[in-house]
Amino acid sequence: MAGKFFFIDTTRCTACRGCQTACKQYKKHGVTKTKQYGTYQNPPDLDGNTFRLVRFMEHPAKTNSMVWYFFTEACRHCLKPPCKKKADQILKDAIIVKDYGAVLYTKKTKDLEKSFKAIKQACPWSIPTWSKEEDQIVKCNMCYDRVEAGLPTACSKACPTGALNFGEEAEMKKLANEHLKAAKKKFGGKGEILDLEDVRALYLIIDEQMKYRPVA
Amino acid sequence: MTNHWIDIRNSDCILIMGSNAAENHPISMKWVGKAMDKGATLISVDPRFTRTSSKADIYAALRSGTDIAFLGGMMNYILSNNKFHKEYAANYTNASFIVGSKFDFKDGLFAGYDPKKKKYDKSQWAFEKDGNGVPKRDLTLKDPRCVFQLMKKHYSRYTPKNVSSITGTSEADLKKVYETYAKTGAVDKTGTIMYAMGWTQHTVGVQNIRMMAMIQLMLGNMGRPGGGVNALRGESNVQGSTDHCLLFHILPGYLKTPRASNDSLEVYNKKWTPKTNDPISANWWGNTPKYSVSFLKSMFGEAGTKENDFGYSWLPKIDDGKTYSWLDIFDEMYKEKFKGFFAWGQNPACSGANSNKTRQAMAKLDWMVNVNLFHNETASFWKGPGMNPDEIKTEVFLLPCATSVEKEGSITNSGRWSQWRYQGPKRLRGVKTDGDIMVELFEKVRELYQADGTFPEPIQNFRWDFVKEGKFDAHAVAKLINGYFEKDATVKGKSFKKGTLVPSFAYLLADGSTSSGNWLYCNSYTEKGNMAARREKKDPTGMGLYPEWSWCWPVNRRIIYNRASVDLNGKPWSPNKNILERKDGKWVGDVPDGGWPPMSNKEKTKRPFIMKPDGVASVFGPGRADGPFPEHYEPLECPVPKNLMSSQRINPVAPIYGTEADAHFSCDPRFPFVGTTYRVTEHWQTGLLTRWQPWLLELQPQLFVEMSNELGKLKGINNGDMCKVSSARGEVEAVAIVTGRFKPFKVQGTTVHQIGLPWCFGWVQPKDGGDSANLLTPSTGDPNTRIPETKAFMVNVDKLGKRRA
Repeated sequence: MAGKFFFIDTTRCTACRGCQTACKQYKKHGVTKTKQYGTYQNPPDLDGNTFRLVRFMEHPAKTNSMVWYFFTEACRHCLKPPCKKKADQILKDAIIVKDYGAVLYTKKTKDLEKSFKAIKQACPWSIPTWSKEEDQIVKCNMCYDRVEAGLPTACSKACPTGALNFGEEAEMKKLANEHLKAAKKKFGGKGEILDLEDVRALYLIIDEQMKYRPVA
Repeated sequence: MTNHWIDIRNSDCILIMGSNAAENHPISMKWVGKAMDKGATLISVDPRFTRTSSKADIYAALRSGTDIAFLGGMMNYILSNNKFHKEYAANYTNASFIVGSKFDFKDGLFAGYDPKKKKYDKSQWAFEKDGNGVPKRDLTLKDPRCVFQLMKKHYSRYTPKNVSSITGTSEADLKKVYETYAKTGAVDKTGTIMYAMGWTQHTVGVQNIRMMAMIQLMLGNMGRPGGGVNALRGESNVQGSTDHCLLFHILPGYLKTPRASNDSLEVYNKKWTPKTNDPISANWWGNTPKYSVSFLKSMFGEAGTKENDFGYSWLPKIDDGKTYSWLDIFDEMYKEKFKGFFAWGQNPACSGANSNKTRQAMAKLDWMVNVNLFHNETASFWKGPGMNPDEIKTEVFLLPCATSVEKEGSITNSGRWSQWRYQGPKRLRGVKTDGDIMVELFEKVRELYQADGTFPEPIQNFRWDFVKEGKFDAHAVAKLINGYFEKDATVKGKSFKKGTLVPSFAYLLADGSTSSGNWLYCNSYTEKGNMAARREKKDPTGMGLYPEWSWCWPVNRRIIYNRASVDLNGKPWSPNKNILERKDGKWVGDVPDGGWPPMSNKEKTKRPFIMKPDGVASVFGPGRADGPFPEHYEPLECPVPKNLMSSQRINPVAPIYGTEADAHFSCDPRFPFVGTTYRVTEHWQTGLLTRWQPWLLELQPQLFVEMSNELGKLKGINNGDMCKVSSARGEVEAVAIVTGRFKPFKVQGTTVHQIGLPWCFGWVQPKDGGDSANLLTPSTGDPNTRIPETKAFMVNVDKLGKRRA
């Protein structure tokens, strides 16, 4: 199977959180008990039930007095996943990579509990989570069962605005280029695709990265 | 919506004001996005910077309840800078009409005001008529008594300085919005408005929307692709329930509810059938008798005959001059004027304005039936906060019912599409559909009436042939809504056998030969089949009309008033905005608003706004309760001692209820801040459906109150602190979201703070979620519709000593 990619145009995201919820629904995940703590972002971070999380960040700005950025965060499915590199040093093939690029944490990761911190630290975005219920390390698995059955991921299927897209590498890169061009035109030359050469989840942003997600 | 969801993509400028589309109509943003891809500008005007605002090219803040001032300023800008579409306005609106000499406007009051009755004598707003009884016109728009000149004078008072001082919007922001939106007055551009409860739920709700409709008419945006006045409906089938008479003043198809004084069918038809003396006005409502008689035939079938007025006397009548709205129902209930109540598919303990009054009113009933999916605050009101179950006599029955996806039927969306849906999941055992519950209820009522009933005729003669073996049959009901030939008949040269479905409302008759439960839906279920179930993806115009996908009222017309999308010769005002065109003596494109030739054919044409007696759209609206031009009045509760525009602080004809539960205060130091309510993406209405859904509750677990950083500082409230929000009528506890998304307003030289909170929580579930924000809102409303004013009121907010455990 050819390589699969996500393309996320943050300029189109309205934070409806359809992606976040569709992920839980498809995977029949449990619920994290949350509190209102002064933001719409909930649960506060990725966790054993939450493989995708929309982050909300607001900042003062010149245009329209402020900006409110939404960032749908999940595993980037790196082309050379540092988490796998780290895990392989301890337990070979507890983390595997499918031919189309999905980085999967197998049941074997239950034996990596002691090394979990190091594996999480290996991830530039601190994505991996230890799930007590599953008794293993967990994160987005690219809906591998859906993808292998020819379906899109649950999150991308739920997106109403075309912010979160999923498909073949060429198609997603083409889309990313088109959207980047349009964004640069609209936002006065601003716009970049994050980590274009390294990951399978391509994010288009128009402001400093730290304004979308707290720096790990 | 005059247009429809997909059509938003045809717009050049989208104004989202009085709504928060991204959060409450998330799918709509797909079409907004498509328009923006083609270069459209998105403007968000809202007291609070929302998820919609985050996507907008231009954001402007305004104080809740000041939309008419904001838009009045826009009208002033459009008229004084000649940005309007003159040919459109002169020919297709009443801008050219000469207003009678009795009309006047002074210091916030229109002519004919009776301060004792708090009512206008609307006859003083009538047009001047010529010898034939046709309104006089000046197509040059120069006559000082023509609507255009009166309107220009009226809105010249809405200067940027005045508007800014009322709304709290900076003059620079006003200018940006006005200039950008007014550009859609160019013939090759169209602009659209997406509004919702942020406009309707005010004492000036109807006039908010009229103000924008007037702007759309002056810019030539009505009837055109990418234009229109588009109400985003708050539930997927609110459009359908309104079409089928959800409201007290209308029967299905917007026929008038008979008044007590309409004591025969003849009197009723005479009273409610508008007339015109203009030979080129179609005056479509002139067909009212055909629709009212067909409606009666759908109600009483064979029992309704010409001799007995087709059963007209069996229809319920309302008292003349009396209103029976939601606010009135609960006011009367509170005063113990009636004993029983069906709260069907609703949760009034949380959804209604002034929830304390609503909850106390329910305690005065003998019985209440709540038909609902889940346990809720209404069914359990008697054990809610502040209630003593020992003292409450109301007997409550909670009947479980099926969800909309567990049954077959149609849903009419905001764009007027009636879409047929098959049944999804099977219902749980013991759960019935609303239709089946009604069938059982009616059959029992009929049985009791047969045994011992006063005036049993309406019940005995009620048509019941759509019920099969005691079960509700959605297809049979849909067919009756469309209507049948009740006897063999020949109409327009075509012969129809008794029992044939009527092909469209053009074939309905006033002699009892046809039935139609709702004339507007006649054409939806014909001998060709169930039109609402169609799923063809053809788009012959390329403009997204998809004429064979589902069915749209009226007669599958996708954009209403579409004959205003063409010029006097029947050519689209601009080739890039073509949904309808006169070619070789025929209309090509959408189903035209009547098939008559264009206006240049002076003999055979009819004016394009066929539902109006004069055939043109009303920029001057002499039928409204509160005046022919929208005028800024402050909300019932407001933060300013005077209305900057006039001595009338509030809408002089707004209903005010007088029970002890109806307290209201303006400029009271106890309630110094403006409050408003709203919904969130994650919960549905009162949250009755969604608060039981753990994934959604995880996203929005508890009531919050949003406020500016400045107000947080002033009150010593930090982000995440537990607060008490109080008004003259009640209080709630909520978690503070202190944010830059609210900013203080400069109003009449002073600083005015505003807060906002969602109304989707309730004490039943979750236990730590807080209660409904409607505990704070007042029970006053719009004088035309009586929709409550829940979007602007006065509150206080204080930090509570504890964080929620």
